[in-house]
Amino acid sequence: MTVAIFWVSPATDMENRMMVRTLLIRGMLVGFLAGILVFSFAKVFGEPQVDHAIAFESAMDEAKAKADLERGIHDVEEPELVSRKLQASYGLLTGVMVYSTAFGGLFALVFSYANGRMKSTDPRVVSVLLAITGIIAVYVVPSIKYPANPPSVGNPDTIGMRTELYFIMMLVSLLGMIAATMLQGRLRRQYNAWTSTYLAGACYILIVFTTGELLPAVNEVPSNFPADLLWNFRIDSLGMQIIMWATLGLGFGAFTEYANRNRFGYRNGANIQLNAH
Amino acid sequence: MSDTAIGSHAIPSPAPIPVREIAPWLVFGLLMLLALYFVGAEEGATSIIPGMYVHEWVHDSRHLLGFPCH
Repeated sequence: MTVAIFWVSPATDMENRMMVRTLLIRGMLVGFLAGILVFSFAKVFGEPQVDHAIAFESAMDEAKAKADLERGIHDVEEPELVSRKLQASYGLLTGVMVYSTAFGGLFALVFSYANGRMKSTDPRVVSVLLAITGIIAVYVVPSIKYPANPPSVGNPDTIGMRTELYFIMMLVSLLGMIAATMLQGRLRRQYNAWTSTYLAGACYILIVFTTGELLPAVNEVPSNFPADLLWNFRIDSLGMQIIMWATLGLGFGAFTEYANRNRFGYRNGANIQLNAH
Repeated sequence: MSDTAIGSHAIPSPAPIPVREIAPWLVFGLLMLLALYFVGAEEGATSIIPGMYVHEWVHDSRHLLGFPCH
């Protein structure tokens, strides 16, 4: 029976299917690895900013409670569901690991489509290019319009609208990047790499800029919120993304190159050396 | 020597994986998106599981990863 199935389904299809599986597992592993790095960075640099912001929030709440008490209103304190200690350790770890591993898997699926369909035949180059376009489309551009905010910034009543706007911006940015990449491939038939990338990049910027201008602005930063705290928080948030995407881009490409070298017994650098002669 | 003469034997260039072979694996892509949803938006704007426990548990990462929170 097994033999019959093998006869019906060509070996190349089977190989391809196994290849996607290998890439997917590799992507999730690299994502997991990236998660450990991101968590370490977040724990050391990001958490203190979160704590400062929560301290600010508590001070505001206390002041409000005191003022309310003087007017005869008793504020009800919210019960703490998860302690700060847990939020800042295992909670943060869970969130970062799930996020990073999931992005590793998605990255691998995009790579399995992109590899062999781009000009470059080196998996390391394909991987790094995907990571660069990925961080721009998924994080940098949506965050320029709707930046990351520490606790105490943001009105709970507008969370629905803010979430919607953020995901719309991210979706447009991602679709715009896909469209620009396809456009670049088309232009590549007629123009060189520089010109086609330049034109496609300009189209992407035009799409996200127009969308950004059309979508409403959100600014819920309290007027007395420390500016340096806000800046540090956002820079740390960006730092986490850079660490994750850099690990995905460099790590995934390196692993794939290493695996190919063992499988096909060649070095990707070989053609460069040969061409130089 | 021309590049093509060398290129023809130096490297097996990667053949693109057909889309029909990638498609079944997109189920896992959906699972990844669901996982991202739980980190980024569950019990915030929308909610599948009642209560605020998931939100509170991933609270710090949600803020630091750039998702809208509170």
